[in-house]
Amino acid sequence: MKMIADRQQLAALDVHKIRADFPILEREVRPGVPLVYLDSTATSQKPIQVMQAMDGFYRQSNANIHRGIHTLAEEATAAYERARERIAAFIGAPAPQEVIFTRNTTESINLVAQTWGRAHLEDGDVVILTEMEHHSNLVPWQMLAAERNLRLEFIAVTPEGLLDMDSYASLLKLAPKLVAFAHMSNVLGTINPAREIIRMAHEVGALTVVDAAQSVPHIPVDVSELEVDFLAFSGHKMCGPNGIGILYGRRELLEAMPPFLGGGDMIKRVQLRSFQSNELPYKFEAGTPAIAEAIGLGVAVDYLSEVGMTAIEQYEQEIISYALERLEEIPGVKVFGPEAEHKGGVASFVIPEAHAHDVSQILDGDGIAVRAGHHCAMPLHNKFGVAATSRASFYLYNTLEEVDKLVEGIYKVKGIFA
Amino acid sequence: MDDLYRELIIDRYKNPQYQGELDPNDITFEDDNPYCGDHIRVDVRLDENDVVTKAAYSGEGCSISQASADLLIEHIHGKSLEEVKALTKEDVLELLGIDLGPVRLKCALLSLKVLKAGAYGLGEASDELVE
Repeated sequence: MKMIADRQQLAALDVHKIRADFPILEREVRPGVPLVYLDSTATSQKPIQVMQAMDGFYRQSNANIHRGIHTLAEEATAAYERARERIAAFIGAPAPQEVIFTRNTTESINLVAQTWGRAHLEDGDVVILTEMEHHSNLVPWQMLAAERNLRLEFIAVTPEGLLDMDSYASLLKLAPKLVAFAHMSNVLGTINPAREIIRMAHEVGALTVVDAAQSVPHIPVDVSELEVDFLAFSGHKMCGPNGIGILYGRRELLEAMPPFLGGGDMIKRVQLRSFQSNELPYKFEAGTPAIAEAIGLGVAVDYLSEVGMTAIEQYEQEIISYALERLEEIPGVKVFGPEAEHKGGVASFVIPEAHAHDVSQILDGDGIAVRAGHHCAMPLHNKFGVAATSRASFYLYNTLEEVDKLVEGIYKVKGIFA
Repeated sequence: MDDLYRELIIDRYKNPQYQGELDPNDITFEDDNPYCGDHIRVDVRLDENDVVTKAAYSGEGCSISQASADLLIEHIHGKSLEEVKALTKEDVLELLGIDLGPVRLKCALLSLKVLKAGAYGLGEASDELVE
C-alpha cells in the first residue's frame, strides 16, 4: 500500500477533493458495499455543480428560449447561449455559431451524414472509416451508403490496437470524399493521431468527421489545432447531463449545408409552401432544445476547465498505467489495445475462466461497476475473435485503490470458476 | 450473487453434457442475444411420433446462458414436440433454480427462444416465445 500512497502524491489533481463533488460516489451499492464506478466510458458521473445549475434553472429561470420578451425567457436564452460560448471556448472553436446543440454524438454524426452527406456524396464515392468505430460512426454511413451506393473502406487496426497508417495511406489513393474516425476508441482506449489523419485527408481533398465522444471528456481537444471539419461529442460522458451533445462544424460548411430537422427555431421565414432556413447555429436546432441540459453541460465544461484537461489527461495516464500493470500480473488475463502511452483510461479484458457477463456480475457483488459486452463495437470484437469483453474505464474521480479492488475482484471470479 | 453461481450452474458451464451439433437433424435453429453477442444453436432429432430422441446445443456465452442451454436440452429428451413448444420461462428458471434480473434473464432464456423458434418452424426468434 505504501507504493500506492507515493503514487497518489504524484497525482496531477486532488482526487479526494474531486470525489467530494460527486455525491453518487458516496453511495453504497448495498449495505456495507461502497460503489467502485469503473464505467465512465459508458457515462460519467455528475458533479454537484452541474446538478445545482440545472436545478437552479428550473427553480428560477425556466422558460422557453428565443423570442420571449419576458424576464424569464431572456434569462433562459442568455444562459443557453452562454453555455454555447463556454463550450465553444472549451474546444477552441473560432465562433459559437459553429457549435450546434444536438442530443448526443450519435445525433451529431447522423446530422452530418443526412445533410452534408446527402448533399455531397454520390454513386460510387468513397468514405473511409476505421475498423475500431463505435456503431454510432458506422451505421449512419452504412445507411447513407445503401441509399447513395457509396463505397465504404476501413483503415485496418493492428494486433496491438493501433490504426495501420500504411493501410490508410493506400486507401487515400481511392480519392475519398470523407474520412470519419474515432479520436479515442471506446474499447481499446487507443488515442488516434487525429492531426495527422486529418492532414492526410485534406491533402487528397477529403473532409473529416471526428467522433470525439471519448476524447473531449478526457484529453485537451482543440478543433482549430486539429483543423477538423466536423467534430461530435456527448455531454453525458464529460460530467454533463444526458440528452445534450455537440456538433462542431466549420462555418462555411455548416452555412452551405441543408437543414436537418424541420420545425420551429430553425427558420427565418415560413410561407405555406416554403421556408427559409435560419442562420447558424439555429438552422440545425429545430424545436425546443434541451435547455437545462445545455446549461448543465456549460457548467460541466467549467468544472473540467477548472480541474484542467491536461491534469485530467495526466492523472488518467497514471491510473491506466497502474491498471495495465496490475491486470497483466493476473495469470491468463488478456487486455486489448496498445500500451498505456498510446491510450486513455480504458481497459477491456478477458479471462480464460469466465465469460465477460459473469465477470461483471461477480464484480458487481463487490460494488464494482464494469461493462460487459461488445460495447457497441461488434466489428472490432469480431476482429479480435471475442464475442464480449469486460471493460473497466477510469475518469478524474477514480483512484488507484479502486484499481486494486478490481484486481481483487478478478481473482475472486477466478476462484469461483477455478 | 453467490446464489446465482450455485454449483449446478458452474458445473454445467465447465462440464457441459449436451454440447455439440447433430447432422442430420430434424430441427435446427440459431440466434444471438444482441445485447451481449451470446450465440446459441440448437439441433434436435425426432422419431416418427415427433418425440425428441437426441438434442444438442452449440455456441458461446456466459455461464448462465450455457448452463441453462445444457439443462434445457437434457430436459427435452423424451419430450414430444408439442411439449417442447409449450415450454415456458418458468420451466427454465425451475431448471436453473434461481431468480434472475431482467438482463441475465435474457441470457437464461436464449436457448429456450432458439429451441421454440425451431420447434415452431419460425423464420425468426422473437422474445414473445419466452414471455
